[in-house]
Amino acid sequence: MDDLGAHIAQKSGATTGWSVRLGELMLDTTPDKLIALLTFLKNDPRCLFAQLVDVCGVDWPEREKRFDVVYNLLSLRNNQRVRVKVEIDEATPVPSAAAVYSSATWFEREAYDLYGVWFADHPDLRRILTDYGFEGHPLRKDFPLTGFVEMRWDDVQKRVIYEPVKLTQEFRRFDFLSPWEGGIERILPGDEKATETN
Amino acid sequence: MGVITPTKSNPAAEAALSRALNDELADKGFVVAQLDKLVSWARTSSLWGLTFGLACCGVEMIHCWMSRYDLDRFGVAPMPSPRSADVMIVAGTLCNKMAPALRKIYDQMAEPRYVISMGSCANGGGYYHYSYSVVRGCDRIVPVDVYVPGCPPTAEALLYGVLQLQKKIRRTGTLVR
Repeated sequence: MDDLGAHIAQKSGATTGWSVRLGELMLDTTPDKLIALLTFLKNDPRCLFAQLVDVCGVDWPEREKRFDVVYNLLSLRNNQRVRVKVEIDEATPVPSAAAVYSSATWFEREAYDLYGVWFADHPDLRRILTDYGFEGHPLRKDFPLTGFVEMRWDDVQKRVIYEPVKLTQEFRRFDFLSPWEGGIERILPGDEKATETN
Repeated sequence: MGVITPTKSNPAAEAALSRALNDELADKGFVVAQLDKLVSWARTSSLWGLTFGLACCGVEMIHCWMSRYDLDRFGVAPMPSPRSADVMIVAGTLCNKMAPALRKIYDQMAEPRYVISMGSCANGGGYYHYSYSVVRGCDRIVPVDVYVPGCPPTAEALLYGVLQLQKKIRRTGTLVR
């Protein structure tokens, strides 16, 4: 895996860094080199990552470039997986991978829908999951859980309408009783892997 | 809404007349019954259910039709078309995006129509009550006759809900034009 990482970094010349963590190869790159890297990964005989499994976003609100766009690739030929990460801020678009992997279209629509990451040259960049005419990007950390509007049927207008959210009971946090965030440091099964460097 | 109420008369004489008429007709292969009772009997024992399975409750709804509980015994048949269905069983989480479709399906059903709200999510949002994308109860969109609690309710609970609906129809017993 280290060989493959070094090979990709050397031959493609489109990465800004690579690492192997938890037995998985991760490549970092910049938006302008992304398409070159993906094309290389798809076509290079030692890679042949012909399948794009997933495109997802990560929101880091404290960072200057707040979003990570993560591409998970799979090579059936070499039984190998790789993860490509791009850092991006709200304003700059990421070039769309749709020309390289056609499956990227819906994944990118989802990332755009939920995070508001803009993909340049995407053939049809619409919302995919949320309601028609939805405003906001729900998976951003600054989007409130309950959102801003709620829906009901209006008997006068004969259609469903959106109204500002009115909750009869506030959302309660059961912090101190929760086994997941109980205030004391405890290691849940599986969490110990997070500190392993492998 | 036109409601037919029988005119008050001498109940004893009416019963005697009815019995005499019944005896006479029974020999010829007829049965005499009151029209409103007949209609509510027909309605309760032929409730075709529109299967609006939206989430995991839908599976439990299917169980209710399978051999163990067998809703068909009560004349409740699964009916995918709203045009010929009598009762809509909303089983599962109703999302904002689905709500207009649910209302459209409900509007397409012919009167008299009934709605059973099945499970916590359909009753009041349930687990997803505080979500930005979920309707907090399907009664915000369509009028509901029977609420079946549970997450998900057992097939038995839905069966009980259906029986409650039958009871409600029988008790109301109106002829709506």
